[in-house]
Amino acid sequence: MVNITINNKKIQVPEGTTILNAAKQAGIDIPVLCYHPDLDIKANCRICVVEVEGARTLQTACSTRVWEGMAVRTNTPKVRQARKIIVELILAGHEMDCTYCKRNNRCDLQKIAADLGIRENPFRHVERDLERDTSGPSLERNPNKCIKCGRCIQMCGKVQGLSLLDYAGRSDEVEIKPAFGKYLTDIACVACGQCAVVCPVAAITEKEDIDRVWEAINDPDKVVIVQTAPAVRVALGEEFGFEPGKVVTGKMVAALRALGFDKVFDTDFTADLTIIEEGNELLQRLSNGGVLPMLTSCSPGWINFIEQYYPELLPHVSTCKSPQQMFGALAKGYYAAKIGKRPEDIFSVSIMPCTAKKYEAQRPEMSVDGKNPDVDVVLTTRELAKMLRQAGINFDALEEEEYDAPFGLSTGAAVIFGATGGVMEAALRTVYEVVTGKTLPSLDFKDVRGLEGIKEATVDLNGTPVKVAVAHTLANARKLMELIKSGKADYAFIEIMCCPGGCIGGGGQPYGTTNEVRKKRIAAIYEADRDLPIRKSHENPAIKKLYEEFLGEPLGEKSHHLLHTHYNDRKA
Amino acid sequence: MSNKVKKLLTARFGVVSPDSIEDYIKNGGYASLKKALGMDPEAIITEVKASGLRGRGGAGFPTGIKMESVRRATGSPKYVVCNADEGEPGNFKDRYLMEKDPHQLLEGMIISAFAAGADYGAIFVRGEYINSIKILDNAIKQARKAGFLGKNILGTGFDFEMDVYSGAGSYVCGEEFALLAALEGKPARSTFKPPFPTTEGLNGKPTQINNVETFANIPHIIDMGGAAYAALGTEASTGTKLISLSGNVNHPGLYEVTYDITLREIIEELGGGVPGGRAVKMVQLGGPSGPIIPPSLLDLKIDANEMRKYNLSIASGAIIVIDDRADALDILVRIMEFFHHESCGKCTPCREGLGQVLGLLDKFVDGTATEADLKLLRNLLDVMSQASLCGLGQAAPTAIKTILQYFGDELCGRIGAAKEVK
Repeated sequence: MVNITINNKKIQVPEGTTILNAAKQAGIDIPVLCYHPDLDIKANCRICVVEVEGARTLQTACSTRVWEGMAVRTNTPKVRQARKIIVELILAGHEMDCTYCKRNNRCDLQKIAADLGIRENPFRHVERDLERDTSGPSLERNPNKCIKCGRCIQMCGKVQGLSLLDYAGRSDEVEIKPAFGKYLTDIACVACGQCAVVCPVAAITEKEDIDRVWEAINDPDKVVIVQTAPAVRVALGEEFGFEPGKVVTGKMVAALRALGFDKVFDTDFTADLTIIEEGNELLQRLSNGGVLPMLTSCSPGWINFIEQYYPELLPHVSTCKSPQQMFGALAKGYYAAKIGKRPEDIFSVSIMPCTAKKYEAQRPEMSVDGKNPDVDVVLTTRELAKMLRQAGINFDALEEEEYDAPFGLSTGAAVIFGATGGVMEAALRTVYEVVTGKTLPSLDFKDVRGLEGIKEATVDLNGTPVKVAVAHTLANARKLMELIKSGKADYAFIEIMCCPGGCIGGGGQPYGTTNEVRKKRIAAIYEADRDLPIRKSHENPAIKKLYEEFLGEPLGEKSHHLLHTHYNDRKA
Repeated sequence: MSNKVKKLLTARFGVVSPDSIEDYIKNGGYASLKKALGMDPEAIITEVKASGLRGRGGAGFPTGIKMESVRRATGSPKYVVCNADEGEPGNFKDRYLMEKDPHQLLEGMIISAFAAGADYGAIFVRGEYINSIKILDNAIKQARKAGFLGKNILGTGFDFEMDVYSGAGSYVCGEEFALLAALEGKPARSTFKPPFPTTEGLNGKPTQINNVETFANIPHIIDMGGAAYAALGTEASTGTKLISLSGNVNHPGLYEVTYDITLREIIEELGGGVPGGRAVKMVQLGGPSGPIIPPSLLDLKIDANEMRKYNLSIASGAIIVIDDRADALDILVRIMEFFHHESCGKCTPCREGLGQVLGLLDKFVDGTATEADLKLLRNLLDVMSQASLCGLGQAAPTAIKTILQYFGDELCGRIGAAKEVK
């Protein structure tokens, strides 16, 4: 332990602690912009400067580690002036349309400026007028708002292993952008949106589609239905002041009804369906000598990755559509007829923790009638929160409500799709019982849970040990792909989720996502699983009914048409 | 006066051919290496510490301590890196050292590597110094052939290799962290410290990084011994100093002096004074990143103790003489345009600050500046020098700050000038 004083307060902290974390312990918040707890320390924004006794210059709290006897002052006139001028300098080069900005009231820079009491900017405004990139269906880049903190570079490079963004140029002409200034749609971007989650301002954001949903809701000729992904219910509450990890399923359902959706369904239903189809596909591959290991296909960022980086491994990918797209196909290819409507009369919205889902929904093959997309609009968790605020819905005051039939009933196996390892665990619960005919002694496959990058487990299926693996983030996915290519991957089944922590850490989730927050959301996911009466997909009575009434059998002709898809080699 | 000119590092200039290792050896070259390789590395460090040698790149950190830190640091391999990115306008001493006597630098680096426990050395040469690069490349080949580089040097079991590297000419490469980044093949941008290069330098390994002139001193320290070397200088500043004298002087050029010489002696006696008998108006020390001082301070000796009284130092040894025709504001605009162009853009104060400084200076040029602009300029400069990530942003304000200190009227006098003209 090291003894230091911060603002005359004596504290003891472990050796190696940064001033930033030591101050936190002393109850002092130091503002940060480039710092992010899950990324490397960069110390380039200089907002966190403090006075350290004996130092010639101000020191950055994020990067400077304490030493015995260190005396730190975080609130001197010199420190306040430095922070104020630094923020004024940033604002002078920043597109100042805060009231129109997507991140108004959700912006780190705005908050710091407010906290520092900046009322005017003495510096001349520097008009950058750089081209915005609105080329893609998922993400938009506005370089005029970029503050060059470099968080997105680290996220894309270090966590996802893609390195599609970097600094270009120098001095005040520095920009963070794809190589040669290409559009996001012209590079091998997977649209995961992790850059947008860590961006402290609105330099990279999801493409907003809220108005299209309002339009549909207000159209009397449309039946507007909505599906909600497993991970949304454990994060949406954060947008309304709940602690991370609060399960708000019932309130979310009530809120969606209050917005005017005709039917509120659950993507969990098609997650259960995915398990039935994917589980059977796995069994078929195992018994027919099919391509193994089989790879999951629910994460569209991951699909974008393998199509662009490892197309030679596409035969490994399950042909199952993602739960979102299975839902979309059923909505237009089954539900419409069931309620006496044409597919085009149904407007299908999905609420996702994900930005890549926006891309997935507009893929041409994701259309049962070949004309209209099966999922018309994808909104992120953040966009849903915005809609609720626009509608003046007091989320906290809502009474909990239930999902609508027939796509409202789901199991614990479906809920855990939201966490890394969840799809694997859900699949194992079903595959084990289908193969062995025995009831699982414990439903919890704890080896595949948690934030470790690559997890492994072996399951005994009637005397045959079946080895499985789980990876989250694309840097980890890449390791497994290389292992498969080298012929050393002795797994039967691999789950891959694009985003850190799985969908609960998706690119469309509330700002402020950190690994600490991810852990809380994951805990909530397993809590929701534990609390559900049915925890195995194959025991979902609504799924059984759907097969009896419409689909016939898993991997059958209707399934093939509606629930399975194909992939494309998109390597540049 | 002549006793203050001392040829130590420049002694072989013009005597040896830079292309000839034989010339160098004939004139005493590599004798220090032979001597050093017979010494205990700790004893070399003791001599270097006793010599009082301080870094000649500008910051003046004690070289022996740096060497010792690298030796003590855990981590392998260890490196020596020579900062030969002499990009600061007004500096040309390193170029002379590389182009007139390249083996002196090599010898200094090899001895330093032996002392610090390094087995690889890199010389990072300013991109524009094409001739220096050629000469060094050739010198390294010769040294390798002669057995001063490579495996089992002179049969002592010491292995050491080195190569020449260069950038594309970015000024910030002279900043040591940016230089190390460039050596690693990354864009030349600095990073926060600590950790310092002595523990986490090139490729994250312990690295002794020194200026060309610093390394060039090492063979002489080994040759004469630390105490004798220390006796050459003053109490605070030992050895000799290379001075790059330029600007409005009759005899600009490179001079090697001892630290008891005054700025005035350098300018008037070595430099032959200002052409046309004009008066010195101001002198900039070190280059654009250095202070601009008035003639009243020219009687200061370049010794560290004496200059420190005025918060000055001789730094890298550049002395730029500016005569009475010059306009301070004009000079400042040029200097700040230089830094604005050269900022790497990584940290906020430097990236966004320099453009704003230029904007404020423009107001003084136009005569539209107000008292509030002056206050803002002062505050901005304070924050840049206090909060910038690296030496570039921290030092960029020095010229304006010292003009405000010593020639305040040149700026303050322009406040509201436009109104007066009307």
